[in-house]
Amino acid sequence: MTSLPTTIQDVFNEPGCARNASKSNVERKNGCTKQLKPGGVAGGCAFDGAKVALQPFTDVAHLVHGPIACEGNSWDNRGSASSGSDLWRRSFTTDMSETDIVFGGEKRLYRAVKEITEKYDPQAIFVYQTCVPAMIGDDIDAVCKAASAKLGKPIIPINAPGFVGSKNLGNKLAGEALLEHVIGTGEPDYTTAYDINIIGEYNLSGELWQVKPLLDELGIRILSCISGDGKYREVAYSHRAKAAMMVCSKAMINVARKMRQRYGIPFFEGSFYGIEDSSDSLRQIARMLIERGAPAELMERTQALIAREETKAWAAIERFKPRFAAKRVVLITGGVKSWSMVSALQEAGLEIVGTSVKKSTKKDKERIKELMGQHAHMIEDMSPREIYKMLKDAKADIMLSGGKSQFVALKAAMPWLDINQERCHAYMGYIGIVKLMEEIEKALYNPIWDQLRQAAPWDEFDRMRQARTFAQMYAQAADPVRDASKNGVNTISLSNKNEASGGESAIAAHGLNLAKPCTNSTARCVACKDIRSDLQPPALQAAE
Amino acid sequence: MAVVTTSKKACSVNPLKMSQPIGGSFAFLGLRGAMPLLHGPQGCTSFGLTLFVRHFNEAVPMQTTAMSEVATVLGGHENLEQAILNIYNRLEPEIIGINSTGVTETNGDDVEAFIRLIRQKHPKLEKLPLVYVSTPDFKDAFQDGWGKTVARMIEMLVAPVDTARPRDISRVNVLPGCHLTPGDLDELRTIFEDFGLKPSFLPDVAGSLDGHIPDEFTPTTIGGIGVDEIATMGQVAWTIAIGAQMRRAAEAMQVRTGAPFRLFERLCGLIPNDEFIAFLSQISGRSVPWKYRRQRGQLADAMLDAHFHIGGRKLAIGAEPDLLFDLSSLLHEIGAQVSAAVTTTNSPVLQRVRTEDVLIGDLEDLEELARSRDCDLLMSHSHGRQAASRLNVPFFRVGFPMFDRLGAAHLTMVGYRGTRDLIFDIANLIITDREANHGPTPDTWRSSCGGPQLHPPQLH
Repeated sequence: MTSLPTTIQDVFNEPGCARNASKSNVERKNGCTKQLKPGGVAGGCAFDGAKVALQPFTDVAHLVHGPIACEGNSWDNRGSASSGSDLWRRSFTTDMSETDIVFGGEKRLYRAVKEITEKYDPQAIFVYQTCVPAMIGDDIDAVCKAASAKLGKPIIPINAPGFVGSKNLGNKLAGEALLEHVIGTGEPDYTTAYDINIIGEYNLSGELWQVKPLLDELGIRILSCISGDGKYREVAYSHRAKAAMMVCSKAMINVARKMRQRYGIPFFEGSFYGIEDSSDSLRQIARMLIERGAPAELMERTQALIAREETKAWAAIERFKPRFAAKRVVLITGGVKSWSMVSALQEAGLEIVGTSVKKSTKKDKERIKELMGQHAHMIEDMSPREIYKMLKDAKADIMLSGGKSQFVALKAAMPWLDINQERCHAYMGYIGIVKLMEEIEKALYNPIWDQLRQAAPWDEFDRMRQARTFAQMYAQAADPVRDASKNGVNTISLSNKNEASGGESAIAAHGLNLAKPCTNSTARCVACKDIRSDLQPPALQAAE
Repeated sequence: MAVVTTSKKACSVNPLKMSQPIGGSFAFLGLRGAMPLLHGPQGCTSFGLTLFVRHFNEAVPMQTTAMSEVATVLGGHENLEQAILNIYNRLEPEIIGINSTGVTETNGDDVEAFIRLIRQKHPKLEKLPLVYVSTPDFKDAFQDGWGKTVARMIEMLVAPVDTARPRDISRVNVLPGCHLTPGDLDELRTIFEDFGLKPSFLPDVAGSLDGHIPDEFTPTTIGGIGVDEIATMGQVAWTIAIGAQMRRAAEAMQVRTGAPFRLFERLCGLIPNDEFIAFLSQISGRSVPWKYRRQRGQLADAMLDAHFHIGGRKLAIGAEPDLLFDLSSLLHEIGAQVSAAVTTTNSPVLQRVRTEDVLIGDLEDLEELARSRDCDLLMSHSHGRQAASRLNVPFFRVGFPMFDRLGAAHLTMVGYRGTRDLIFDIANLIITDREANHGPTPDTWRSSCGGPQLHPPQLH
C-alpha cells in the first residue's frame, strides 16, 4: 500500500499521456493540474472527480466519510443509467459532527459500514475520504481493512480528499483505487475471444446502449465497463479481457495503461461520438481482438456492419442539409469530445465559426485549422462577458457547450445545446449523431427566438419620449420664461430603472404630461399621433 | 406537543440536510452586486453552485478560496487575500460575502483577523464591504447558515441610527427565511405596497434569482437589495421577520437600531394570513384593501373544495424546520394527519408541529416511517423522488433543492393567494393519483383479495 502523496506523484507521471511525455522533469513534478487560483476557480475537487468516476457502479454502496457538505450537497446529481440495481443512486454519508471531529471519526465510519451491510447487503462498499477526516487523521484504509475482514465483504477505500487537487486528478485516484483493491480479485464464469473492457465510459443518459446492440450483433462482449452500468464483480474480473477501449479523454488513462502492463491487455483511445470515430473504434476493437486470437472473419463482419450503419446515418443526416444551410455554430467545451462529431456537423451543412481551445494540445489546434480552415476563430479562454457579447452581436446562430455557459447563451436569446455530461440526451454512435442533429434543428428553429429578440413595445416608446423630453428641456433652457413656469417636466424620470422602482407616481406624471397638451394645442396633437404610432409593435426583428 | 428526537444512526442514508455554508452563500445571493465566497477547498463551492444552478436554472455567482492541502497546513490567510483581490480586481463586486467551511473551521482559521490584515495591506479595499460568517459544515444545517448570515449582515451593514430622529413610518424591514421563494417575496412585496408600505427585503433573492434577463452581462448577482439600502434599514418603524430561523436576525436589528420586530412563524394558511394582514392594517393605518378581502374568500373556498381530497390524508413530510412547521400545519388545518415528520436541525417550532414525534434525520428515516405508518402523501425536496417512487405515493416537491422540475423559484405559498394555489396544487396531485392508481375494480372490495395491495419494498 502506497501513501497518498506517492500515488499522486505516480499519477502525474503518466507515461501513457502524450502531453506528459513532452514535459520537463520539473514540470512533470508540478503535476498536470494548473495551480488553483483563489477567487477564480470554477471546477470540482478531487473527491468530486473520484465520485463521478466510480458512482456509475450500480451495485456498490458509495459511502462518503465527511461532514454533510460533501454528500448532502451533491448526491443524485448524475444521469448515468443502470440496467439493474439502483443502489448507486442512494446516498450514504457519515455526516460527521463536531464530536467526531474532536474525537476522530473512525469508529463512526466503521459503524456506518456495518449498518449499510446489515440493511442493504451490497456487493461492495466504496468508502470515499474527504478533506476534514483527512485533516484529523482518520485512517480509512485501516478501517476498511478491518471492516472487510470482519464483515466478509469488499470494503474499498477511495483516497481522494477534495483538497489534494482537481476533478481530473480525482478521476485518476479513483482508478488507482480500483487497480489496487478491485481489479484482478475475481474470476469470470467463462471467457471468450471476444471479451473487451470499456474504460472511462459512464453511460450518461444510457448512451452506451446506443452502441451496445452493435457490439452484441458482432458477438463482442463487454466484459467490464468502467464504470457505466458496471457491477462490482465485473470490475473484479476485468483483467481477463482480451482488449480495451479507453473513452472520455484521459480521465482513466492510468487504468488502461497499468492493465496493459500488468495483464497484457492492449488498449486504444477511441470514441463513439460521430460517424467516423464510431467506425474507427469498431474496427480497432475487431483488429485488437483478432490480434489476441479471435477469428479473422470478425473484421469482415465488422466492416459490413459499419458500411450498413454509415449508409443509414448519412442518409438520415441528408435531411438536415437544407435546414442547416448557412447556420453558424460556436463550440465552447472543455475539449471537443470528438473531431468526427465536428466533421459530421460540417457535413450536415453547419459552419463552425469558433471553437474553444483552452484544453487543446498543439496537435488539436492543427487539426482544427485542417477541419475549419485558417479563419476558424480559436477561443483561448473567453470570459462569459465576451461570450455574451459575441452571441448578442449575433455572430453565431447556435452555441454548443457544457452546462456552465448555458445561461450566458440563453440570456442572450441564443439557441444553445448541452454537449457535456449534464445533458439529458444520448449522442453516441450512429444513432446518437442523428439525435444530435435533431436537437440542433429543434433548437435553431424553435419559434421562441424571434419573439424573445423583440424588445418590449414600450422600450421604443420610452426612447422616443425621452428624446422628446430632452428636446423640451433644451427648448426651455433657451427660453428662461417657460423654464420658470415649471410645467412638470422635471418630475419625469429618464431612466427605466427608476421608473420601475418609483412605481405608479412616475407613470401618472407621464400620463398627465402627455394628456394635458393634447386637449389644448392642435400643434401638440401631432406629437400625440406620433406616440400612438410608437405603440404599434415593431416589425419582427432580429437581435439588436 | 411533538417529541423531538435525533436519529442514532452512524450512517446517514439519502440525506435531507444540506450544509450550513451554502445556506450562508444563499443569503449573500440576495444582495445586489454580491459575490459569495466560501473559504475552503474548491469542491465546497462547486457542489453548492451546482445545486443552486440546478434549482434556479440561472447562472449563479459563487467563488472559492481554493484551499489546497498545503494551504490548509499553512493556514488560509494567503488564499483568502488572493481570492478577495482577484474578485475585487476582475469582477468589481459591491460586496463579498464570506462563509467558512469544515476544513477552515477544523483548521481554526481566524478569518476576522485575516480580513483586518488584508484591509491594512490593501487600502484600496477600504470601501468594499467584506462580511464574514462562521459556518462549519459539521454543525447545524442550511437554514441555520442563512439565519446566522443575515444576522451578521445586519450587524455589519446597517448604519447605526440617531434615536432622536423620527422613524419613517412608511418603511418596513422584511427578513424572510430561506424557505421563501422569489415568488413568495414578490407576493409579499405586492401586499406591503398595497398597504402603502415600502418594504426592504434582506436578503432579496427575488431581485437576483427570479429569472429576469439583465440588460448587461454581470459576473456578480444581477439584483437584490443594495448595500446602500441595507445601511438605511435602521430608519424603519417595524421589522417583520418570517420564520423562526429569522429571530436571531430580527433581534440583531432591534439591538442595532431600536426598531421593534414582529415575527411571523407562518405565512401559509388562513389564520396566519389573517394575523399578518391585520398587522399590516394596524401599522399602516389603512383599512384592508378589497383585494385581500376577496382573496380571503377565495382561500376559504379553496379550503372548502379541497378538504374532500386532503382531509384524512396521512402526510409524510421531510423539510427544514420552518418549512415543515408551516406546511404541515396548513395540511393539518385542512384535515390531513401529519403521520411522519423528519427535519434537519433543531428549532423551537418543532415541538409545536401537529404530530406525535419529529425526527431529526434523513430521507431513509422518512421513507421507513412513511411505509410503516401507511402514509399516502409525501412532501420533501426533490431528493425524496426515489423514496416516492418506491412507496408509490403522490409526491409533492417543496423546498430546496428542486432540480427535477421547472419553476422552483416561483412556487408561491405565502398570502391568501399563495395558500389558495398551493392547496389546489396539492389537491390536484391527490386527484391525479386516485384516478391513475386507485380506480375501483370488481375485486377492489372482495375480501379474498386480502385488502389493499401492498407494494413490496424494493431493496435495490
